Amino acid sequence: MNAASILHPVLAVALAPLLPGAINRTKAFFAGRRGPPLLQAYFDLWKLFRKGATYSRTTTWIFRAGPIVNFACLLAALALVPLGRVPAPLAFAGDFILLAYLLGLGRFFTVVAALDTGSSFEGMGASREVQFATFAEPALLVGLAALARQAQDLSLSATYAGLSAAVWSHALPLLALVAVGFFVLFLAENCRIPVDDPNTHLELTMIHEVMVLDHGGVDFGFVQWAASLKLWVLGALVVGLFPPGPLGCPLADLAAGVGGLLVLAIATGAVESSLARIRLLRVPQLLVGAGVLCALGLLLTFR
Amino acid sequence: MNNALDMLLVILVLTDLVLLGSSRLRNAIRIAALQGLMLGLLPLLAHGHGLVWSAVLLGAGSALLKGFVFPALLNRALRETNARREIEPLVGYVPSLLIGMGVLALSFGFGARLPLPWPAPSQWLVPAGLFTVWTGLFLIVARRKAITQVLGYVVLENGIFALGMVLVEAMPLLVELGVLLDVFVAVFVMGIIVFHINREFDHIDADQLRALKEPAP
Repeated sequence: MNAASILHPVLAVALAPLLPGAINRTKAFFAGRRGPPLLQAYFDLWKLFRKGATYSRTTTWIFRAGPIVNFACLLAALALVPLGRVPAPLAFAGDFILLAYLLGLGRFFTVVAALDTGSSFEGMGASREVQFATFAEPALLVGLAALARQAQDLSLSATYAGLSAAVWSHALPLLALVAVGFFVLFLAENCRIPVDDPNTHLELTMIHEVMVLDHGGVDFGFVQWAASLKLWVLGALVVGLFPPGPLGCPLADLAAGVGGLLVLAIATGAVESSLARIRLLRVPQLLVGAGVLCALGLLLTFR
Repeated sequence: MNNALDMLLVILVLTDLVLLGSSRLRNAIRIAALQGLMLGLLPLLAHGHGLVWSAVLLGAGSALLKGFVFPALLNRALRETNARREIEPLVGYVPSLLIGMGVLALSFGFGARLPLPWPAPSQWLVPAGLFTVWTGLFLIVARRKAITQVLGYVVLENGIFALGMVLVEAMPLLVELGVLLDVFVAVFVMGIIVFHINREFDHIDADQLRALKEPAP
């Protein structure tokens, strides 16, 4: 652990809203538009945090707790995730299981908050979210298990710190499979295009957006902020697979990691611009495919 | 460490998985052709020491047949039958993938335990071969369209071919070429049969063939 690993979560909280901005700018570029400013997410957060919140009389404390618990879970997850060569502030054997469960807990509270409104509309989104999570979570765990087995170490930071060009050359199939699987998961978990369209407000196809329809003001600000933090956390898992050469200085490693995340955001924008969303019925197939890739990676470690 | 061979075997397993999960017949034929082309490279890579004429001949013959002749035959049959995709397979695509995952794990287990006369060129050769054999069998059992079943037969043969690479030093060239010839004749005949089934019944759903039996007395 060093100064950079303490700095990483702070930096993540501050810079995470840049990622949706970068994705939107890329999409606008591909569509030939000017697009919203890079800092649009910050403007939105600023606007939302100055507003008050309105609560329906049918809701209970669960509805108010949802966004906050979700945000807190992602903050805790940030403390566990290494970014490239920068180790996480907290690292212990088996921390990747805690990471998966923190993401799961955040999701659970988003879902029960949506159900708490009593709107059948939000229930539909919640049902979809949970259905897809059933496929996405095993894939994430299996992929992380494959990496851990490959590194012979059960903590995320050590697993990611052990990756290098030499490891890539002798475990190329495994790392390539897991990287593709994680990228699909990254898109699916963050409701990006092949699975869900973050811009749409058409009730038939929405997943995440429909669950948070009733949140307003400060609560919605936290929902948005948490969404960009989730981009950061899962993005760090993808970016960490492609380590640059040793840079020596921890701060340079951190900068390289942040740069990698921005590249990932641009790649996501490019994917979103070039793909259509697949039919809802086909989403499980895509996620099972990602899981199968990760599982094949795990099998390849048994030599 | 034979890296290229390992990559090839992993891609072989991936093509099997795509075959299990794809519903478009044209796409499936293309994937099977790709598989055939890759298997053509297999004898060259599996053969430890340099280029051997028999290995080159076998690889080239296999690639030519499975990469070009079979897809052409199957595509012709597809054009004539107007079948685009497998509509209702007996086992759905997501369950197929999940079952495939289980079998893949089993194949890796078997591959580690199977005693071989001499060490395989890659530790993934036997699992990948077993899994390809199983994929072929599964396609024959779990799909309705006659074309997919023919495709399953080709994939099954691909798997046996891959398994045969363990014995690449011992198996006479003549045997392998004979097998290739048999497969060619089989696919050729099956392509014609598919055409005739379609002309007679206007579809190629093999599970409706039981309607052919005589009416009960």
